[in-house]
Amino acid sequence: MIDVKHLSKWYGRLLAVDNITFHVDKGMIVGFLGPNGAGKSTTLKVLTCYLPATAGKVAIAGHDVLEDSLAVRRNIGYMPEAVPLYPEMRVRELLMFRAAMRDIPPRDRKSAVDRAADRCWLSVPDNVMRRRVGELSRGYKQRVGLAEALLHNPPVLVLDEPTIGLDPNQIRAMRELIQQLGQDHTIILSSHILAEVEQTCNHIIVIAGGQIVADGTPEQLRKKVSGPSQVLAELRGAEPAELAKAVGAIGGVHKVDASPIGDWTRLAIECDGKNDRRAEVYRLVAEKGWQLRELKHTGGSLEDFFVQVTYKQNMQSAGRLAQ
Amino acid sequence: MKALTLARRELTAYLYSPIAYVIGAGFLLLTAVWFFLNLRIGGEASLRPLFDGMAVLMVLAVPLLTMGLLSKEFDSGTIETLLTSPVTDAQVVLGKFLGVMVFYLALLATTLVFLGLMMAYGRPDAGVAATGYLGMILLGAAYLSVGIFASTLTRHQIVAAVVAIGILSFFVLLMGFVVGLGIRPWADVAAKLNAMTYFRDFSRGVFDSRGLVYFLSATALFLFLSVKTLESRRWR
Repeated sequence: MIDVKHLSKWYGRLLAVDNITFHVDKGMIVGFLGPNGAGKSTTLKVLTCYLPATAGKVAIAGHDVLEDSLAVRRNIGYMPEAVPLYPEMRVRELLMFRAAMRDIPPRDRKSAVDRAADRCWLSVPDNVMRRRVGELSRGYKQRVGLAEALLHNPPVLVLDEPTIGLDPNQIRAMRELIQQLGQDHTIILSSHILAEVEQTCNHIIVIAGGQIVADGTPEQLRKKVSGPSQVLAELRGAEPAELAKAVGAIGGVHKVDASPIGDWTRLAIECDGKNDRRAEVYRLVAEKGWQLRELKHTGGSLEDFFVQVTYKQNMQSAGRLAQ
Repeated sequence: MKALTLARRELTAYLYSPIAYVIGAGFLLLTAVWFFLNLRIGGEASLRPLFDGMAVLMVLAVPLLTMGLLSKEFDSGTIETLLTSPVTDAQVVLGKFLGVMVFYLALLATTLVFLGLMMAYGRPDAGVAATGYLGMILLGAAYLSVGIFASTLTRHQIVAAVVAIGILSFFVLLMGFVVGLGIRPWADVAAKLNAMTYFRDFSRGVFDSRGLVYFLSATALFLFLSVKTLESRRWR
């Protein structure tokens, strides 16, 4: 459905997207995950034909974005990052205008607008459709933006930061809506929040510094990124050094760091490979008659990975600024 | 067809916006002052000074009307939704032009009041009235396209207005001034470029095809340039 090959984009002398290649199949909900300034929005702008690529090829539903731009635009519904709308228009009026811009024949416009409004919960309090866009709250504006993108029932939906600026309830509602929409649309959305993407998407592309650093289903990524597994334990009953020594003797444990917290000792236990040694730690504690108040496994999470990626990108751009 | 949809939206936006009314009212007020001063001093029921005065006033009024046409879309980001719908850049420019043209014509129509007043107390020349309004329409089209062009250049409305006023002043005021200096060959060149040279034919009651060609080609040129600046985002 979406085919991106060796896409690069320079803004003057700044390289925003650096030779990325990815493919999105029909029916996927793809999360474009990356820290701010990673090149997410730029990539989406190229996909939607707003900006041309400096190099590379992008095809959507079989149409090239440069050669057949109008056909691509007919196949895409796009919600830009800040959800720009005309504040002086009323919601229904705005949607009718967009429907006309989207080549929906006059007799079908009303039903298209009603359908999109229904899907985005705009028709529930009846007066929303009659209110001016400028008076709406952020959450409602976001829904209007999404309704705009849905009007012509496009096979591909491109949503740039669809949940930014929403309150927790609205975020949940938006997530559910996106998942519903995923049943009959191919969706690509961007976000800089991992939990967000993990919950809504069935495919994640992590991008940082303009490059793709990981690409796969959430499970695949989790497997790929998990580092050495670590167990955290807080114990009491002996001197920190003695605790560390006893725990370090457990098979499969290769490093133990002890740090006192009050009269408790916090142990960071690094295990070999992906082994989880919580059961052995507990058995030891029970044998020795020590006290235990926390025991948890923190195998390399997606979050750790994402934090690392973000950190690397920040260091790179800091380096670039320093030059 | 899409251009018409866009034009309609643009026109509605004008009707919602207080700025359009303020500009309209200001224009009418200044025209009225000019009209009565001329009547008192000249004491003749001639339409010519009225038209000439309006042509100069429009150098200020038109850029204020057009300044937001594209720069506001750039600034708020609505340009992104607009240009990612299946429309061509030419349709966008044409739509904006038609929308503001209708508003301009409405504004022009309100000045018929002065014609009515003159008819009540004197006998103005119907031919002058006809060519004068035709001239105002042609001149308006050219001014508006200059304004749209300036609006495609920047996301700041004020900058767009200043640029448009600059371009229009060059062709309407500065060229007239150079003609007045009378230094050859500059005066001859300036006379050819001066918008007022052509407009004065219309305001005198003469229909001259050179004026028609001048204003229409200026309109086409600046609309073309607007489309090109809009397209140029692709090469930046």
